[in-house]
Amino acid sequence: MTAVRVRDLRVRLDGTVIVDGVDLDVARGEWVTVIGPNGAGKSTALRAIGGLLPFTGTVELDGTPVDRLHRRERARTIATVSQSPTVPPGMLVFDYALLGRTPYIAPLGRESAADLAAVEEVLGSLDVARFAGRRLETLSGGERQRVFLARALAQGAGILLLDEPTSALDIGHQQEVLELIDRLRGERSLTVLMTMHDLTTAGEYADRMVLLAEGAVAAAGTAREVLTEDNLAKHYRVRVRVIEGDHGPLVVPVRS
Amino acid sequence: MPGRVGVRPAGLRAGWLAGGVVAVLMALIAGLAFGSVALPPGGVAVELLNLVPGVDLHSGLTAREVAILTELRLPRVVLGLLVGGLLALAGAAYQGVFRNPLADPHLLGVAAGAGLGVTAVISLRAGTAGDATANLPVGVPVAAFAGALLAVALTWLLGAAGGRDRSPATLILAGVAVSSFLAAGQTYLMQQHVDTLREVYSWLLGRLATAGWHDVLIVLPYAVITAVIVLAQRRELDVLTVGDEEATGLGLHPQRSRYLLIVAASLGTAAAVSVSGLIGFVGIIVPHTMRLLAGPSYRSILPLSVLFGGAFLALADLLARTAGGQAEIPIGVVTAFFGAPFFIVVLRRSRGAS
Repeated sequence: MTAVRVRDLRVRLDGTVIVDGVDLDVARGEWVTVIGPNGAGKSTALRAIGGLLPFTGTVELDGTPVDRLHRRERARTIATVSQSPTVPPGMLVFDYALLGRTPYIAPLGRESAADLAAVEEVLGSLDVARFAGRRLETLSGGERQRVFLARALAQGAGILLLDEPTSALDIGHQQEVLELIDRLRGERSLTVLMTMHDLTTAGEYADRMVLLAEGAVAAAGTAREVLTEDNLAKHYRVRVRVIEGDHGPLVVPVRS
Repeated sequence: MPGRVGVRPAGLRAGWLAGGVVAVLMALIAGLAFGSVALPPGGVAVELLNLVPGVDLHSGLTAREVAILTELRLPRVVLGLLVGGLLALAGAAYQGVFRNPLADPHLLGVAAGAGLGVTAVISLRAGTAGDATANLPVGVPVAAFAGALLAVALTWLLGAAGGRDRSPATLILAGVAVSSFLAAGQTYLMQQHVDTLREVYSWLLGRLATAGWHDVLIVLPYAVITAVIVLAQRRELDVLTVGDEEATGLGLHPQRSRYLLIVAASLGTAAAVSVSGLIGFVGIIVPHTMRLLAGPSYRSILPLSVLFGGAFLALADLLARTAGGQAEIPIGVVTAFFGAPFFIVVLRRSRGAS
């Protein structure tokens, strides 16, 4: 069963073509990571798939075209964590995570006991329950990232879109967050589609990878198939050595 | 209901709601009891209860005192409560919609637009000019609303010209430019219609002084519509604090909420301006105080702004008519006296945060 099916996705921003005919499939429960140089259209493609940008082409979530889902229904199907989410001044961690329940709350209604319980459960499972009463802006980068994830998980969506969730973190916290995502994916049978810059780490965690260059798919497949010296030299204009590691290829930049 | 993690979700706390109601009642009784003729607060409270159908208690007030109370002071205090509540609510709504702590009906030019509308109606109305105490024409709020929407649209467009990375100050600078432009139009109209100058001027300084039940009835429907629309969007405003794209991802339609809120807040501003003249700073002092005291959620800021904004303006009006001896101080002067220093504090805080 395909969770995300994208065909001939095209996005224009201010008259410029950013995404130019992307095909992409993510099976249910699969983890696919999109890589590519800056400006390749990774974030834009992700935002379009999440229904946050107008596009042409087809995006189907669990078999339904995303533009045919009602906004609230879409928010219960797919949850997006953007690259650097806004941190509203003064907002408590608990209230921030509770925003994830918005698609379940009737327009004039308020949070039900079930909504509060869902948020408490998510905060507990991400090990941030002890921060519930703290202001979000007082948390460290790694703690914040887990709270952003908590908000997305509170949406109860089966598909998780993460735009560079580790870009603001040191390598220790990067690994911690990715392990966490992997654990949650197993526990909650989530489908994960994310973008990442660190190629070695990306390859270690993803089931499959998609290399975007200039708005189009340049390579797709397993880490071994995508992370080749030729591919990276061609699309990143960089000299690298690719070494076989325990969990996939290790990409080492080499000075030319 | 605190759960396992011991945190109650953001929202209006019963204690704050009760505090707001008490503030309104205290402002009401103080506004009625004090003035050129002092009335005993206890008697005032009893007479207020007597207004409830079926209640007939002995207050100890003479018939003349009761007349002062119900025909002169009560409409004025009620109008002050309504206008203050509306201006504070509109300010809070603009701050949320524009994600800008400095947004306020006056700084955005909305009040100036409404003022131009009112001046146009008074000036261009031939024949009946000159009587400052005459009842306000019913067309005034409509003209004020048209002027207010024109102003907020101009400010928004002008502020957006700064591009995506505009700072809070850009929008306010645009508001200042729009205000000056509309004020120039207003001055021109006043110059061209010298016969109505006195009437326009007395309205500009604040009409609360001559307020009667007629004014209350004119503003009431607009106040109700504004309050219902804005308060219904209180949770949406909280979600909008995370940004439009995240809010879209959470299933909202941010642009639709934004238009609805801008129209409602402008309607409220227009109604307030058309009966009270230009009263500044209420829309910024009150919501910010509520934010500091009761937390950043619009679910508490909005309703508390209505209550405390009303109480604040009713008390400011009391000060305006008692502090200056025989001559009343224009109420806009009183609110500016407290508001301008407060604004500087908010400006410093918001610069520190960004």
